[in-house]
Amino acid sequence: MGQTLLQKVWDAHTVRRLPTGQTQLFIGLHLVHEVTSPQAFDMIKARGWRVAFPNRTFATVDHIVPTANRQRPFLDTMAEAMMSSLERNCAEHGIPLYNIGSEHQGIVHVIGPELGLTQPGMTIACGDSHTSTHGAFGAVAFGIGTSQVRDVLASQCLALEPLKVRRIEVTGRLASGVYAKDVILEIIRRLGVKGGAGYAYEYAGPAVDRMTMDERMTICNMSIEGAARVGYVNPDETTFAFLKGRAFAPQGTQFEAATKYWRSRASDPDARYDDHVVIDGDQLEPTVTWGINPGQSVGVTGTLPDPRAASKDDQAGIEEALQFMGFDAGQRIAGTRIDVAFIGSCTNSRLSDLREAARVVRGHRVAPSVKALVVPGSEGVRHAAEREGLHEIFQRAGFEWRGAGCSMCLAMNPDRLEGRQVCASSSNRNFKGRQGSPTGRTLLMSPAMVAAAAIAGEVVDVRTRLADVEVTA
Amino acid sequence: MSVSRIAHVSGRAIPLRGHDIDTDRIIPARYLKAVSFEGLEAHVFADDRSDPAHAFNQLQYQGAKVLLVNRNFGCGSSREHAPQALQRWGIGAIVGEGYSEIFFGNSVQLGLPCLTVSHDDVKRLMAACEADPTSVVDVDVAGLTVRCGSIALKATMPKPAYEALTTGLWDGTGMLLDNFEQVRQLASELPYVTGSW
Repeated sequence: MGQTLLQKVWDAHTVRRLPTGQTQLFIGLHLVHEVTSPQAFDMIKARGWRVAFPNRTFATVDHIVPTANRQRPFLDTMAEAMMSSLERNCAEHGIPLYNIGSEHQGIVHVIGPELGLTQPGMTIACGDSHTSTHGAFGAVAFGIGTSQVRDVLASQCLALEPLKVRRIEVTGRLASGVYAKDVILEIIRRLGVKGGAGYAYEYAGPAVDRMTMDERMTICNMSIEGAARVGYVNPDETTFAFLKGRAFAPQGTQFEAATKYWRSRASDPDARYDDHVVIDGDQLEPTVTWGINPGQSVGVTGTLPDPRAASKDDQAGIEEALQFMGFDAGQRIAGTRIDVAFIGSCTNSRLSDLREAARVVRGHRVAPSVKALVVPGSEGVRHAAEREGLHEIFQRAGFEWRGAGCSMCLAMNPDRLEGRQVCASSSNRNFKGRQGSPTGRTLLMSPAMVAAAAIAGEVVDVRTRLADVEVTA
Repeated sequence: MSVSRIAHVSGRAIPLRGHDIDTDRIIPARYLKAVSFEGLEAHVFADDRSDPAHAFNQLQYQGAKVLLVNRNFGCGSSREHAPQALQRWGIGAIVGEGYSEIFFGNSVQLGLPCLTVSHDDVKRLMAACEADPTSVVDVDVAGLTVRCGSIALKATMPKPAYEALTTGLWDGTGMLLDNFEQVRQLASELPYVTGSW
């Protein structure tokens, strides 16, 4: 009987079985940022411990950094205190820090892959639930809390329980205008926001095989929104081609040897799965969330559900969401007016995301009533986009072009919604208050859909826009 | 390593109705802008509490020790600030239909037990505590039972969490550190650590 990637990686990193019955799992790469680490560093200091593997630990700043005025000290004194705290802790423990001003400063889940730190067959942890992103490379990556950040700092290990594996096969071919974001939103809608509890999601099938690494990262990124703490794609030629030549990837002849090892980590053809789900990629359309969790979504040609038609258990949730959003049951999602358009976040802020959005934006103007901003995932992405002139396309259209960070995904920096604003957002969470205003409203969608909404001033089907682009081309 | 066993929590309960209550709601991101967890209790459900009817605004539930929740409680962000804020507010145990894994794990690490009971049982408990907010809910972590007046419920908890809480191993860094040579040994066998593929 073959093994899944999860089993192989798990076994290779198992130190022992703990008295609690959990597995002591070695963590190959620990990524650290300014928000969930200060307390963890304090805890290890209070106990007289040191960072066990500073050479397996890397830090950057992303959550609180301003994306417009990045001058130090930051105007926000608490943000400045968090920066200083991380700088001090990294210096004291010999941890490399990709700080403001570095080419590699950016969202932790964007820079890990960009630097080639993220590799197949690794275990990875970070004090952020979207750590599942790194699974796109065939790594097993866990989002953790601060006490676990402390555990990893002090011991490079986590105490964990084994996961079941659900294989999610995406068949067929995505139509033009349908993206990885639409695939993962459909998966979450179908399996539910708690459907993945206890599981790792293995994404596979022809539609996933054809995806670029950027697209696979988008899918793995939102695993946690479906309650799967871990999501991964088996490594293949696309993975290896992405890694080749990156700063921390094996170099020269070592790369070939590494590739052999990486290939051996992929799930065996006769691996046994705990569950199996098939999603028909041919049937997908651009998807938009209408509610207050990422499972509440609908195809762009669809309408909002009627709570009276829902199961008794779901009724209250739908009613609460419709009421918060100020939407009516049965209303079409297309045509929903927006106030803000945000392209960014660890879900969709990579170069290919910006290219697709720019393709829609080129030659158009942002609707007068809309505030639109693009926040590249890393300074590396920003510079690459600028070399292609994407910033000019966005700026000419009326988008603001910013420095790298998490920005309006969770609004810990100055970028946030005001009052009841509606935001078309390429981020990952539409929770109440998520984008900084307690009453602000978020519609999740692909970056190209956000671009189309910015121009129209309302939710539109990006496929109609792309048809125009293709005719012009 | 902590050896404080979490065997028993008893006190008044606060019923918080709703599925899928995420950690952004428990503690909005702006309150994560801090270098310590101190004072987080003041901001628990800060945005949701703009609704005067929110359970955490009700006088009769102030000082409650047991939080009653529905399904998928604590979903979303991995912020440990969420269970920290609840614990600092005074919550010593949570009883509900289910929890997100990360929230559950974070809570265990703080010595905050999360017990699971059925949908109907949560409903009964909530109704009882709403009808009489002075009711005492008795959470026997070791015995995995929840009692409130004439209501007596069997609860469940995954075995590792149960072991950790009832044996006092919940603050487990020490446990992960007491075989460091073994950790070093394993690291030295991983090709990506050694660089020899």
